[in-house]
Amino acid sequence: MKRWWAVLLVLALSAWAQGTLKVGVVVSATGPAASLGIPERNTFPLIQEMVDRQGGVAGRKVEFVILDDASDTTQAVRNTRRLVEEGAVAIVGTATTPASLGMIPVVAEAKVPMISLAAGKEIIHPVDAQRFWVFKTPQTEELMARAIVADMAARGVKTVGYIGFNDAYGEGWARFFEAELKAKGLQLVASERYNRTDTSVTGQALRIITRRPDAVLIGASGTPAVLPQRTLKERGYRGLIYQTHGVANPDFLRVGGRDVEGTLLPAGPILVAEQLPSTFPSKRVALDYIQRYEAKYGIGSYSTFGAHAWDAWLILKPALERALKRADPARDLAAFRAALRDELEATRGVVATQGVFTFTKEDHLGLRFEDAAVMVRVENGRWKLERVFR
Amino acid sequence: MDATILGLLLLDGVQNGVVYGLLALAMVLVFAVTRVILVPIGELMMFAPLSFVWLQGGKLPGTLWLALALGALWALLERGRGRGLPLAGGAGLLLLFLLARGNPALAYLAALLLVVYLGVATYRVFFQPMREATVLALLIMAVGLHVAYQGLGLVFFGPEQYRPDPLLQGEATVGLTWQGVLVLAFALLSAAALYLFFRRSLFGKALLAAAENRLGARLCGIRPEEAGMVAFAIAGLMAALSGLLLAPLINAAYFMGFMLGLKAFVAAILGGLVSYPVAFLGAVLVGLFESFTSFYASAYKEALVFLLLVPALFYQSLRAKGVEE
Repeated sequence: MKRWWAVLLVLALSAWAQGTLKVGVVVSATGPAASLGIPERNTFPLIQEMVDRQGGVAGRKVEFVILDDASDTTQAVRNTRRLVEEGAVAIVGTATTPASLGMIPVVAEAKVPMISLAAGKEIIHPVDAQRFWVFKTPQTEELMARAIVADMAARGVKTVGYIGFNDAYGEGWARFFEAELKAKGLQLVASERYNRTDTSVTGQALRIITRRPDAVLIGASGTPAVLPQRTLKERGYRGLIYQTHGVANPDFLRVGGRDVEGTLLPAGPILVAEQLPSTFPSKRVALDYIQRYEAKYGIGSYSTFGAHAWDAWLILKPALERALKRADPARDLAAFRAALRDELEATRGVVATQGVFTFTKEDHLGLRFEDAAVMVRVENGRWKLERVFR
Repeated sequence: MDATILGLLLLDGVQNGVVYGLLALAMVLVFAVTRVILVPIGELMMFAPLSFVWLQGGKLPGTLWLALALGALWALLERGRGRGLPLAGGAGLLLLFLLARGNPALAYLAALLLVVYLGVATYRVFFQPMREATVLALLIMAVGLHVAYQGLGLVFFGPEQYRPDPLLQGEATVGLTWQGVLVLAFALLSAAALYLFFRRSLFGKALLAAAENRLGARLCGIRPEEAGMVAFAIAGLMAALSGLLLAPLINAAYFMGFMLGLKAFVAAILGGLVSYPVAFLGAVLVGLFESFTSFYASAYKEALVFLLLVPALFYQSLRAKGVEE
């Protein structure tokens, strides 16, 4: 008799387990990319709460298996492999471009759809045999560069100077920015580089000033982006100064202080969600996310990076619902993963916190810069909405 | 290029150069006395302003616990009355930190003394037990400490930069702030002081003697261990002061020490790791070179600066007679 009970229990447990959808998550909760990864990790408990309250997806429980990659590519790849073997229906993550690139061959080989939370365009472009399985939510540099150049053109800027990090970030920006300038007929008169750890950029600043550009873009992220701006101002530059969305954090304002007043930068609309016009499509979704995040982690605690994880779920959920009609993950996991990928690609007009997602066979980012970027100005140490493009 | 730009570049180069010079002086000093190439000097330098910022904000920095932990190890290594210094120093440091929260003047002092204490404890715990080892083994230990301290800096202070208020506000002339003048003055003063200390004072000569010949120095009544501690204390003091003076100009962050330390190392190599005036001049040369390359070819600046090492090392190896080890 006892044995029968045990068998029954095992059957019941496995039936329950079969009903659960496992979503693998890789985040950089520690290491240099932690400032991106921690808000992303913090977002998943919010998603879990929401899903549980709604009774799961199409009646099935959803379980998020979250692994930390310590901002390390090797660890991200190892985590991905483990999540795939544990039967994850999809992988979400991770925050950095190199680590995301490392994960692509793994998910492509195992035929598991993946939604990256990193910025680099090369993660989803071109959509080849491997990237067939890969989607992503954050805006690319290209998208943001388009917003900057559109803003410059609207202000009648003719000549532009550039100073950026002497690494992948600064080079990527230089490339997309230059291409975008050429397309709009603006002239790049100086292109300088500096290092995150540099203590002086006087030489570069003087070089730029001698060319007298109408505007300067600083292709840097975080607090090291302050130094060129301060040096340009100290050396008497009076033109417009643009930064990238890599500075959209409170630390930049804290270190920059008066030196960064008037800075123009492109940003995901969630940065200034409450200032958006009520017709802006993502305003309601963004405010909803912020409210949930701040209710759990405190006022002012949210950052734009966690919103990318929220967006990944907003895309994943309807795709899961549709895929569940076509295949049963408990019976045939491979078929379900393939169906889920097709349904992800079929995503049309999903309004999320950072824009409106419409994927196609050639476009696995699915954002238009008009919906996904706004121009922001630093005013009295706060972000102020300057321009929307739609 | 016109005269204004030339002038600004020269000024910028000298300003950067003296900072490298300060660290290069400390490196030469430590190497002369202990044969340790003090790679973690940049980290000691970084600890000072960041601890100061933390204290000013009313928080106790993680560096305090690091210093106390190393101090405890130091006390364990000593016998009898030798334990007095680490224990009293640690207790005093803790008390000072508790008092200095939110008090800028005391916080300045606390950050300074913390780094000095940490420098001496570093020597006593990590380098003194292996003082008979080869220069290479000591260098490996130093590199290891650099990596460890930088990692701890990230844990203690996070990845972002901080900017403490300058001691002196405003600009002296175009391109030179009063704070920059302060850094220049401090650099020249410490270069002169070190020169006089080793040439004129008995204690300085004793330090040099301990570096030249450990056995001979011992026979003359000089304790090489003590000499090492004093050298590290002086290096810690110089690193902490230059860190505190510089931070308002360049923003302090956990990674600030590495590049400064590396360029100071280039300068120290130009001086053959023995000569204070040449190391200092070398540092100014590095600063000027850097300033002009950043104007003409900013993308290749670091490569060109470190390329300076090649002729310097070539010259040193031609000049060197015999093999050290």
